[in-house]
Amino acid sequence: MAIACCNGTGDVLLKRGMDDLGEIHLSNWTHIFNAFVNPWVIIGILCLAGFFYAYLTALSWADLTFVLPATAFGYVVTAFLSRFFLNEVVSPWRWAGVLLITGGVGLVAKGPSLTERPQDTPAPTQKEQHELA
Amino acid sequence: MSSLKLWIAIGMLVLASSAGDVMLSAAMKRIGDLEALRSQKGLLAVIGRVISEKLFLIGLCCLIFSFFCLLTALSWGDASLVAPASASLTYICSAILAKFVLHENVDRRRWLSAALVCIGVLLLVK
Repeated sequence: MAIACCNGTGDVLLKRGMDDLGEIHLSNWTHIFNAFVNPWVIIGILCLAGFFYAYLTALSWADLTFVLPATAFGYVVTAFLSRFFLNEVVSPWRWAGVLLITGGVGLVAKGPSLTERPQDTPAPTQKEQHELA
Repeated sequence: MSSLKLWIAIGMLVLASSAGDVMLSAAMKRIGDLEALRSQKGLLAVIGRVISEKLFLIGLCCLIFSFFCLLTALSWGDASLVAPASASLTYICSAILAKFVLHENVDRRRWLSAALVCIGVLLLVK
C-alpha cells in the first residue's frame, strides 16, 4: 500500500517535472537566439535539476522499465500544454501518438512496479488522476 | 556515407543513454528509498550519498556522453529524424538492457507498453 502511494507521488513528481520541462523547452526554442542569460534558461535549468531529482527518486522505488514509460507521459503533457496555452495546432498524427503513449503508460502502470515484490497496484485510478490533473 | 555516420552516432547515443539509465537504476536500487533518506537526514545527505555512489557517476557520464552524441548527430542530420529515432529506440534498448542486465521482470505487458510508447514518440515528433 505504501509502495503504491509512493509510486503515485513519484509519477506525479515526474509529471510535474516533465510538465515544467515541456513548457520551458517550448519557450526556450524561441528565446534561445536572444540571450542565454535570461530567466527562462535559469528556470529551465532549475526544472531540469528538479526533474532529475524526481527521476532518481522514482528509480529508487521502482523498476527502470516502469519509470521510463511513465516519463514518456511528459510528451503527452507537452502536447496538451502546447495546444491549450500556446494555441499550437496539433495534427491528428500527433494525437494518435499521444493516444499510443497514454495506452502504453496505462498498461505499464497496471502491472507491478517492482520485480522483487510483485503486487497489483491500484494504478488505473492514478492514471485517471494524471489525466485529470 | 554520411547517413552511415549519422546512424552510428544515433546508435552510440541510444546505447549510451540506455546504459546510463540502467546504471542509474542499479545505483538507486543500491542506495534505497531516496525520499526516506531525505526526510531523515535532509537534502544534502541525499546528494552526498548519491554522488558517492560510483555506479551513479558512471551512469551520469554515460548520459553526458549521450548528450554530446545527440549534439553531434543533430549537427549531421535533421532534427526531425534524429530526435524521434533516438528517443524511441532508447525505450526499446533500455527494456532489453533492463531485462538482461538488471534482471527485471519484463513481461509481455511491459514489452507492449515499451513498443506503444516507442511508436507514440515516433508519431509525436513526426
